[in-house]
Amino acid sequence: MESAKYVSQKVSKARWRPVSSSFLQQPEIFATGSWDNEENKISIWSVGNYENSGLEDGFEGDPQLICENKHDGDVLGLQFLDQERIVTASSTGAVTIFRHHHNSQTISVSQQWVKAHHYPCDNAPCTAVVCSSPEIITVGEDGRIIVLRADQDCMAQVIENADSSTIHAVTYLRTTEILTVNSIGQIKLWDLRQQSNSASQILSLSGDRVPLYCIDRHPNQQHIVATGGQDGMLCMWDVRQGSMPSSLMEAHSAEMWEVHFHPTNPDHLFTCSEDGSLLHWETSSHSDMPSFLQGSRNSSVTSRSAMALAGGNQSLISAWLNGDSSKSRLETTHMLPSQTLSVNSLDVLGQCLVCGTDGEAIFINKQVPV
Amino acid sequence: MQNISGIRPGKRMGFAWGPGDILVYETQNKASGRRSCAFIHVVRKDEDIYSPILRKLFNESHHIFVGLQTIKDDLPSKSKKPQFVSISRNYRSVIRACMEELQQAAVSANDTDMATQYGNQVSILLAIELIWNLCEVLFIDAAPAGSLLLHLLDWVRLHKSDVDEKAKGVLQSDSPAEHRDYWDVVCVLSYVLQGRLEDTRKMLMKQAMLQPAAKSMYKLMDSLLSKMPFYNPGGTQTLTEFDVKWRNWHEEVDRYLKDNSFASNQHLEVICKILLGDEDVLLEHKELLSTWYYFLITRLLYCHPTVKPTELHYYAQSSMMMFLDSGVPEPLDSILLAAFEFDIHQVIKDCSIALNNWWFVAHLTDLLDHCKLLQSHNLHFGSNLREFLLLEYASGLFTHHSLWQCAVDYFDHCPEFGRVYLELQIERVPLDTERKALKVLRICEERQMSEQVRSICKIMAMRAVRNNRLGSALSWSIRAKDAAFATLISERFLQDYCAKGTFSDLDLIDNLGSTMLLSDRLTFLGKYREFHKLYGEKCFSDAAKLLLSLMTAKIAPQSFWMTLLTDALPLLEQKEVIFSAEQTYELMYCLEELTSSLITAASGSVIIYCRFHEDVEVTKVEMLRLALARNLASAIVKEGTMQT
Repeated sequence: MESAKYVSQKVSKARWRPVSSSFLQQPEIFATGSWDNEENKISIWSVGNYENSGLEDGFEGDPQLICENKHDGDVLGLQFLDQERIVTASSTGAVTIFRHHHNSQTISVSQQWVKAHHYPCDNAPCTAVVCSSPEIITVGEDGRIIVLRADQDCMAQVIENADSSTIHAVTYLRTTEILTVNSIGQIKLWDLRQQSNSASQILSLSGDRVPLYCIDRHPNQQHIVATGGQDGMLCMWDVRQGSMPSSLMEAHSAEMWEVHFHPTNPDHLFTCSEDGSLLHWETSSHSDMPSFLQGSRNSSVTSRSAMALAGGNQSLISAWLNGDSSKSRLETTHMLPSQTLSVNSLDVLGQCLVCGTDGEAIFINKQVPV
Repeated sequence: MQNISGIRPGKRMGFAWGPGDILVYETQNKASGRRSCAFIHVVRKDEDIYSPILRKLFNESHHIFVGLQTIKDDLPSKSKKPQFVSISRNYRSVIRACMEELQQAAVSANDTDMATQYGNQVSILLAIELIWNLCEVLFIDAAPAGSLLLHLLDWVRLHKSDVDEKAKGVLQSDSPAEHRDYWDVVCVLSYVLQGRLEDTRKMLMKQAMLQPAAKSMYKLMDSLLSKMPFYNPGGTQTLTEFDVKWRNWHEEVDRYLKDNSFASNQHLEVICKILLGDEDVLLEHKELLSTWYYFLITRLLYCHPTVKPTELHYYAQSSMMMFLDSGVPEPLDSILLAAFEFDIHQVIKDCSIALNNWWFVAHLTDLLDHCKLLQSHNLHFGSNLREFLLLEYASGLFTHHSLWQCAVDYFDHCPEFGRVYLELQIERVPLDTERKALKVLRICEERQMSEQVRSICKIMAMRAVRNNRLGSALSWSIRAKDAAFATLISERFLQDYCAKGTFSDLDLIDNLGSTMLLSDRLTFLGKYREFHKLYGEKCFSDAAKLLLSLMTAKIAPQSFWMTLLTDALPLLEQKEVIFSAEQTYELMYCLEELTSSLITAASGSVIIYCRFHEDVEVTKVEMLRLALARNLASAIVKEGTMQT
């Protein structure tokens, strides 16, 4: 069950504030960033049920705006650094840290790198940001990778001309290694310790070089990586093995903007796209049971394995790498009730899902079946 | 009319129209020679789309609009009526939600200007909802006689809700029957005038308890009120039967009035006269009725409950004339009157004039068109009324920095001119970031607007080239399948190579894959890089073969041959014979071709990659000739020798 909240701004990013694992609670606060407005904003919302004590009601009512702040340029990347601080990537090339003051319920700018990404005589949008406190890594249309540290004004490391085309997304592979995706359909692995200007490894699809827009790493099995790009195909890669994806699945009919593994339940994956749909992927490897005994299925998607997995113990290989083959089943569900404009961003934590669309609406689902 | 702040009064203004705005500037007065102000002012015609609360209206109604268009056309419109009614209700609930939010904002606004502005917007939305609701009742739901009055009663009750608040105030007082508003509430306002007779009876009972002497009178009134027949559309009673019953009741009430049964209690007598539909009595309570259409409905309720849709206009006109003293109707009044006269076109026309943006008329007309209620007479410029209004609305939306994405869907559903409008407008969306350009491109590609795709890709590619992002530029030209631009980019790479001696952006060139085939120059670039790789890996014979094929298969542009031949030099000078005799002959042929063409095209427009003076050229050619000759000799010897 989804409820739409219209917020008078096109939402480019939505992220849950991380919950401390000791409490095992559902997330209540999320942040959104807007784009394409004369005055863009970063806003913080709350979906807690303060009055309603009945837990089985699940979600109740609209998200309430707690506070917001002006943001210079489109918000192209947004990430919580910790419980109080949020990092944003702007279309002006600036990287900003905002601080949310809990007692006064306001947001203010805490630190900013104004021209982090730039061309020789122009601004370059900063396209993505990822952080693992206190380190922040940003990438932009200028093909630079910048490593920053919160509370330090100078840039810790800059990889100039890391890419000849735009880098669209970045994610951590290990604590010192990152993966980036670019407009020519390549995934590049960078080892930050080596301080070199070239990537350690390049993976790409043969055939058409389709630009890739998002990447996410499996939370537990660190060699599995999912990407999505311009053709809406979901690709699964094994970074240890070779330079080709291990499975390709047709997911969307237009650009895929974000892909996320569920952080605690990685058999579930979520993707959102320009075509206005948000898909929930669920994999399982109970291949012994015939499919008609497994209950009703939602529309499964066609897929093809790009290469056969060489040898090895099949049962240890993740179901994701097999795609939708005889070894494992893949189920997809549409999570939004009807066709909307592009879904730009999604985030999932626990049982809660939030997403923002170009129809200026935020959808929240607090009972995601994971 | 407004003064434009910033322009000094009395000054002459010049102006220029924009899509949704006007640019205004002060003009210089030649005679006086005084300098004029250097500012340009932007006057926005439509403030509403920039209001954050009203924006929600535009987005939600866009969602409903798209849903409406996808209702299949194969069913007859009769069975789709409940769907259309529910869509109409959706629109109205969106309007109401907006109104409530605006009202809250007006209450909590800090400065009075904002509060007045919000208040104005609320009243406009109220009027819009009133008109829409009436159109829904009369046109979309199109109830026949009998139910028509019931629907109109609901309509009036919905828009006169202050009655319930007053009643609450009265009921909560200690002694409701003695409250000063009591008779107002009971006697005239909502309950009787709105035909809410049950509530009237309950209130009257309170009064009855206070006056035990007049108990019989109250009892009589109570019984009259309870006996008033109301038409039940779902029941088995026909309209005629109901009419007969109603007339009987009416006569009974009349008898009691003439009997002076209520003569001693002025209030009850007034109620009785209202029940008989006495127009003079009704008009005496104008402030409670407050509007002529309320008066109309009450009048119909108590005079003519079986009114037919076709008879409405007569009653409406007379009600309006009776009610309005001044005789000059407001715009809202004439719109409502036109609706009662079932003149849809007049309603739309008047609304277009009265309101400052096209939102209301566009959506209402679209809905009515789906109900097949608009005659499709073509306007002068080819499209019908619905399309015209949608185009105007969507064009207005397109001028908004953010709402242009909603406008695209509206253009999609205008079959005649929508595409042309979209083609013209979409090219003017400013492309600040790649992400925005990608979204615009997706819109164009889905609608096969190949020219716009090409032009957008070219803009982005040129920008990328200017910023020296050759990989981005290449990816844009691949998207547009623009071979010419890919050639341009490859030539940039080759120029860079000639200037620096090494390739930049190896990650791109090394991994071109099938995109190499987009343009000849790009293929050459890829293959040339391959040659370098082979040379680096010391696979000399493969490298040699590749180099030769680049020239003989005419993949390499002739202007680059000098460089290629110079690259062949180290291969020729190797101890081991790499080029065979056959290959050496071919190389010599290439060299001759090159030198002869260079002589003839010395001052031509051929792009010469490597600039060199005459003597250097001569030296190089001589060196090559020498090396080739030596190689030829060795090759012939090698091939002629028998291996033992």
